Amino acid sequence: MKAAVITFPGSNCDRDLAVAFEKAGAEVVRVWHKETALPAGVDVIGVPGGFSYGDYLRCGAIASRSPIGQAVADFAGKGGYVLGICNGFQVLTEMGLLPGALMRNAGLKFVCKPQALRVASTDSAFTSAYAKGAEVVFPIAHHDGNFTIDAEGLARIEAEDRVAFRYAGNPNGSMADIAGVLSENRRVLGMMPHPERAIEAAQGGADGAALFRALTGVMAQA
Amino acid sequence: MKARVHVMLKDGVLDPQGEAVRHALGHLGFGGVEGVRQGKVIELDLAATDKAAAEVEVRQMCEKLLANTVIEKYTIEIA
Repeated sequence: MKAAVITFPGSNCDRDLAVAFEKAGAEVVRVWHKETALPAGVDVIGVPGGFSYGDYLRCGAIASRSPIGQAVADFAGKGGYVLGICNGFQVLTEMGLLPGALMRNAGLKFVCKPQALRVASTDSAFTSAYAKGAEVVFPIAHHDGNFTIDAEGLARIEAEDRVAFRYAGNPNGSMADIAGVLSENRRVLGMMPHPERAIEAAQGGADGAALFRALTGVMAQA
Repeated sequence: MKARVHVMLKDGVLDPQGEAVRHALGHLGFGGVEGVRQGKVIELDLAATDKAAAEVEVRQMCEKLLANTVIEKYTIEIA
């Protein structure tokens, strides 16, 4: 099972994400943003957190149009699994792979703290190891995590059970406390909190490890 | 030829930064400010000489990169 982790200029969670995949049993290949194609045999792509291209224009906007961005979009278009965390979530919404947009936090401050979440949907390769409604704690660290979507789009993702995680105590003004969203085919997940920063006790908690184990488990069966 | 693109949040999308500016103006004694919306202006120097063709191209730039049409609207001035 092979995971590709993309690195943009300004990414800063790419190594953490690679380690999280490795600890869950995946072989990890690191892919630079100037590449135009993914290595052969990739099963899942990780789009990491950070400040790609300095957050210029809009968070994630330049990365989503970068050379490797098209390859990520094509991979997802063919039904590939993609996990975007924090800035990676912003990149995936800018690509149009996920609905909505991430705006400036309602409180205007950068928020950086352990954050309690509830698992809202267990119907995905990413969340199948959790119990529905279970509380998990993942760190958050973002300035632009205020999930916004029009009323019609919100009704649709709610009706289709595509909210993967909700905040328990909304830190940023996100609509319906949404912390993570799935694509229509449930194979693309974008989330602001950082499960890759919660994979062993030394990090203050290991609630994120189950997400990566579930994902690599699904890949191993395929 | 120069183009100027104004990007603004769509009506109805809450603008937390605009709200913060409105509050700050209130603190400075400007009591009559009932709303503030913050956007951005992008100026482009274009090689094009045909105004209509330039406008078509800038519109494509807005759709593909300069604005996120999920939350933003834009207007184009060509001069």
